[in-house]
Amino acid sequence: MSWLDAILRFFRPMPSGVVAKERLRLVLLSDRINLAPDIVDQLRGDLIATISRYMEIDEVGLDVTFETRENDVALLANIPIKAVRARPLPPPMTAAPPVTHDAATGAVDLAESQDEEPEAESGPVAEGESASPIEAQEVIAANVSSRRKRPKSKGSP
Amino acid sequence: MAEQQAAATVQPQSTEPMDDAAQAPQQLGAAIVITSGKGGVGKTTSTANIGAALAARGRNVCLVDADVGLRNLDVVLGLENRVKHHFLDVIEEKCALEDALVPDKRVPSMVLLPAAQTREKDDVRTADMAALIAELRKRFEYVLIDCPAGIEMGFKNAVVGAQRAIIVTTPEVSAVRDADRVVGLLPAGLEPQLIVNRLRPQLVRRGKMLSVAQVDEILRLPLLGVIPDEPEVVVATNRGEPVSLNATSRTGEAYRRAASRLEGEQVEIEDYSAEGGFFERLAAWIGGRR
Repeated sequence: MSWLDAILRFFRPMPSGVVAKERLRLVLLSDRINLAPDIVDQLRGDLIATISRYMEIDEVGLDVTFETRENDVALLANIPIKAVRARPLPPPMTAAPPVTHDAATGAVDLAESQDEEPEAESGPVAEGESASPIEAQEVIAANVSSRRKRPKSKGSP
Repeated sequence: MAEQQAAATVQPQSTEPMDDAAQAPQQLGAAIVITSGKGGVGKTTSTANIGAALAARGRNVCLVDADVGLRNLDVVLGLENRVKHHFLDVIEEKCALEDALVPDKRVPSMVLLPAAQTREKDDVRTADMAALIAELRKRFEYVLIDCPAGIEMGFKNAVVGAQRAIIVTTPEVSAVRDADRVVGLLPAGLEPQLIVNRLRPQLVRRGKMLSVAQVDEILRLPLLGVIPDEPEVVVATNRGEPVSLNATSRTGEAYRRAASRLEGEQVEIEDYSAEGGFFERLAAWIGGRR
């Protein structure tokens, strides 16, 4: 009679201990978020850094809030976009993301850093970049050709 | 999963008794604040019982009632008629520290330093409180500070001199939430340990109360003790006798085990999930047949 069990389970309310646990989890989630403004600021900075790689955004108008809903807590980010970059900027290499000056200087900066990109990043990241300088393209070509050759390459060296 | 290392990093101090005058490089005692944020979860009862259990183990213990204006540790210990001075008298140099300490009736190595009843928490300066606790640490192996409810001045004064903290909570949403808040407000380095008080194993088994594992999962603090809710605690408080001195009491045993964990002993955390009375087991058996 497993179907009967299933029906009974469906109608039987959840034990209140489980309800308490779930309510606690949510309330602590929102408590901790509200109590950690410095962490929210850090998150805001990281969000700006990441999104600025893809688009030029209005940092002043950027708004990060949290909303406690029925079953979860949501992160709501309202980010006004000024322009979309033709090509994403590389991810920041080090811990310090140089985003703020990027976004401020806009399109010129964008073009520059794109040119710089293959030098800054070697090998795997450059893969798939069609507008890269020649050396990088050669590397890719070499990679591709070596892959194609693979079945035959057993005897070649 | 709740049986993790309960009180791993505690070295029991091998200090000498109160004759502190002679020894030059003194071992300082441990000042431990007992706090919870929420009122009525058992801070004072826990302070009294852990203190009594430590003293019964032969430790020199001073219990400090930091709840200025709403003192109760004296009543819980049954010492209310012996209180002559309080710690604000000491701070304000109206009496010597020795004169304010009230020796316990049953365990002679425990004393109480009462709070002022007719004063306000804001009358105490934090620096004075820190100095007072530092002075007590020279004389006692354990200084247990009974923190008032709330997170205002009284809380700040209670935590200022402490090196360790015991967070008392009950398996209720409000108490656990406040415990979490208080943990966030503790000064760095206090390494709080948790007491889950007033656990009702029957309710937990029926899924009607937060289990220790569930509380543990949310707060993620080392467990110092799990105290079952028993009528004998009410009786003990009525009489002004710490239940941890009652050899046959289950709650007293839980407090004694918490005290030994506080001293760094590896004592397994109580598991009340398996047991149950005859009728409860019968009901579970019948229920299980369906």
